[in-house]
Amino acid sequence: MTMIAESLAGLVFIPLGMPLLVLLLPGRARGYLCFAAVLALPLCLLPLTQEVWSGNEITLALAEFHPPLGIVWYLDGLALIMLWLTAIVAVPVSLHALTSFPPNEESGRGFWPLWMMLLAGINALFLSADLFNLYVTLEMITLAGVAMIGIGGKALALKAAMRYLLLGLLASVLYLLAVGLIYGQTGALDIYLVGERLETGHLASTALVLMMTGLLVKSAIFPMHVWLPAAHGNAPGPVSAILSGLVVKVSLYMLIRIWFWIAGDWELPAAATALGLLGAGAILYGSVAALVQPRLKMVIAYSTVAQLGYVMILFPLASVGAFRAASYQLLAHGLAKAAMFLAAANILKSLGTDRLNALTDLDRKMPVDLFAFTLAAVSIMGLPPSGGFLAKWLLLEAAWKQDAWGWLVLVSVGSLLSAAYLFRVIALTCFHPGRRHGPTRWQPPPSSATNAALILALLAIAAGFTSAPVLDLIDASLPPGGIWP
Amino acid sequence: MMEWLPLAMVMVSLIAGVAIFLLGEQRQLARTLLNLGAALVKLALVAFISMLVIVDQAPEFRLALLPGLDLVLRADALSLLFTTLSAVLWLITTVYAIAYLERSENRARFFGFFSICVASTMGIAMAGNLFTFFIFYELLTLATWPLVAHSGTRAAILGARSYLRYTLTGSAVFLVGLIWLYGLAGSRDFIVGGGLDEIGIDEHVELRIIFVFLVIGMGVKAALVPMHSWLPKAMVAPAPVSALLHAVAVVKAGAFGLVRLVEDVYGPELVAELGMGHLLAVAAAFTIIYGSVMALRQTDIKRRLAFSTVSQVSYITLGIAVGGVMATTGGMVHLVHQGLMKITLFFCAGIFAAVLGVKHIDQLEGLGRRMPWTALSFTVAGLGMIGLPPMAGFVSKYHLGAGAVAVGAWWVIPVLIASTLLNAAYFLPLIKRMWMDPEPDQWPHPVTLSRLETGGLVVPTVLTAAISVLVGLFAAHPLSPLSWVLGIVTEYFP
Repeated sequence: MTMIAESLAGLVFIPLGMPLLVLLLPGRARGYLCFAAVLALPLCLLPLTQEVWSGNEITLALAEFHPPLGIVWYLDGLALIMLWLTAIVAVPVSLHALTSFPPNEESGRGFWPLWMMLLAGINALFLSADLFNLYVTLEMITLAGVAMIGIGGKALALKAAMRYLLLGLLASVLYLLAVGLIYGQTGALDIYLVGERLETGHLASTALVLMMTGLLVKSAIFPMHVWLPAAHGNAPGPVSAILSGLVVKVSLYMLIRIWFWIAGDWELPAAATALGLLGAGAILYGSVAALVQPRLKMVIAYSTVAQLGYVMILFPLASVGAFRAASYQLLAHGLAKAAMFLAAANILKSLGTDRLNALTDLDRKMPVDLFAFTLAAVSIMGLPPSGGFLAKWLLLEAAWKQDAWGWLVLVSVGSLLSAAYLFRVIALTCFHPGRRHGPTRWQPPPSSATNAALILALLAIAAGFTSAPVLDLIDASLPPGGIWP
Repeated sequence: MMEWLPLAMVMVSLIAGVAIFLLGEQRQLARTLLNLGAALVKLALVAFISMLVIVDQAPEFRLALLPGLDLVLRADALSLLFTTLSAVLWLITTVYAIAYLERSENRARFFGFFSICVASTMGIAMAGNLFTFFIFYELLTLATWPLVAHSGTRAAILGARSYLRYTLTGSAVFLVGLIWLYGLAGSRDFIVGGGLDEIGIDEHVELRIIFVFLVIGMGVKAALVPMHSWLPKAMVAPAPVSALLHAVAVVKAGAFGLVRLVEDVYGPELVAELGMGHLLAVAAAFTIIYGSVMALRQTDIKRRLAFSTVSQVSYITLGIAVGGVMATTGGMVHLVHQGLMKITLFFCAGIFAAVLGVKHIDQLEGLGRRMPWTALSFTVAGLGMIGLPPMAGFVSKYHLGAGAVAVGAWWVIPVLIASTLLNAAYFLPLIKRMWMDPEPDQWPHPVTLSRLETGGLVVPTVLTAAISVLVGLFAAHPLSPLSWVLGIVTEYFP
């Protein structure tokens, strides 16, 4: 058990300690120390995985205080998958950041401590099962995220960061209000206890609406997505990859947790359908908007808006199959989207612009980055073989099983739209008739930055071959009630 | 050990493709060696696997992608028919393409995707269930798209866009049908005679809808009217791509899929019972006539050939849709025969355009004297298409017609006659112009080529033309495609 406790603590406290520790070190060493901390995360996860695998959920009462007063860390299969996603995305992103945010320069001094705080926040959030703890960690993540967008101080980025901050704070207030209401009625904050004690009624409904609204804003679900494209499209370098690959997934994860673990058996078909319709809006609006963007990073950002919509279909379907699909979509999208944003960061840095009409001839200038982008695109479009394809298959299958033809058609149309906006980019970069009109002066990105994008893209494809361990973990951590077999 | 063989068949071309990308644009010799080496290794593998299948030790590779959903690659008699065709024609087309693209741009990209395209075709041929088929079917779309867009001209990009629109929409419908079928009947491997008949009569309506969905998915690539119009637009691709597209890769993948769907998923009996055989046959017959009429109206050589493909590929569909031993044989064997003849025709069209700038049918006058070997190959393949005895096309048409009569589908005969007349109407004038009319004073865009380069173009062309004659002449030989197909078909209709 001590091994488990230490691993759990390591996930949070290793990155949390870094911002303090790096102050004592000279420039370059800071980056390598932080990188080492990121490499330690998968090692911490190994013993935990073994434990969860053998069928046990891990519970750890911090300082031996038990709920309702104390804080408890839970770890089940779903949380473990999200922790793995975080660790796997964090390694290439950090590799990229070593060159894009050199630790001994101004930008690096800002980036590395914030990145470590963000990681600590994400890991702590996935381990928390306590409504207030979730709030604190989510705030930590949002604040670190906002600050990271502002690194570099470009006007567009600062404006986007400000908007993100304001909307994020509004969302937090809504969430906190709901936590207060729930605590007032149940005297508990622990999700499992709240789930048992909270009784349906006006108060509970109000709390649920407030909480869900706050989280929908944070997850940028249509029509509350307004802050996302600017923030993700203008964030510097690998920050976009972190935000789109990990940060939006965190609040989406909370949405799922609260809906199914607290309100699981409340019988709210209308609300569930409404959530699904928001997802439909996200898929359609995000895809069409991505189709008309003039800049590469904006295309990718709107694609995130669309891709998150698929996860929302979980709410109306609410079946084991949909659970598998949504979790796999979170995983596959995290990998592919991080790869895309890293590749886009390389392109932007090398050419000095990411306007699509300047990207003609990219296949000769930066073939490997373009290849990484294309592989990631295959997964996003849901074409086989890729993680995105398996997610789409699972989702279609889940919809079919409930005769939910509307959702089935939506997913099919959505994947066609994603093909439309991604092939538009690929066609422009390789086959544009006005070739060689792009910038003539350009600098190839460092090979480690290119490799970081490529690794993530290959992982997104590899996710199309190894589904069994992930699906086993999901099956072992289904919500206590309220879902179809 | 043996179970890796089917995977090796796919991987040989895939690895060759990736290696070609890594070699880069300049390493021409290495690229050529890699191309030809991979093609030869593949031929050897095909030969070895054929022997294994003959002694009933068909190898099978299996990998679970999702619980209960396997990626299955395996060799059976039908898949060998297609792999042999692809492997042989890939080798020949590679030789042709190396000569054709001499000194042009972006060759690494071209040959890279060319190889991946062949890898996908191998996967389609060896797929052991519909799910695996779908995966490689999608991969084929991805791999051929850059080939269609290759030249980067406005027309090429528009052609490629249209190709994507059709194929991706088709595969979305395919996927829904596939999910539906698997939901209804569970995941199942291809087996002789299908095996869906255990599903109760209540679900027959659903089975019909699923069948239509899957036919749409495959019909897009097989260019069934009205899902055909991407094909003439894709003509902007370089000649070797058109040749491969029409003879082995894309169009054939669709037709092969229809064969699998009818024979190994539903089974001929169930297809007939559901009334779907009749529907498919009518669609195919309509496509045959429509394609021929449209071909007649084209004045561009490649476009005429493209519409001819629309028409000819539907012979395959017609054969399996009509059913019965003879008709099915005629359809399946046309998979090979049409491939050989059509690849020859496209090789010739490529030579006409590359060497003399001849693209229009009026410009063919007197070509027979200027380039006799190419013109001869064109003539032979054209006559084969018309179905002149004892050419390959005749063998197919004879089996189709006799088979249709045997199962009482008399209406097929007028379709075949009309189609033959139309074929003659759009091929014979070209042949007449080449041989009978006087040579013009000036060819449109003559290019002086070294002897070797022209040889690299002409030898593959003459070779495919010769093979197309031989498979017709020696159709009764035990190693001919016809005998192989008869062996396959007798399993379906014991």
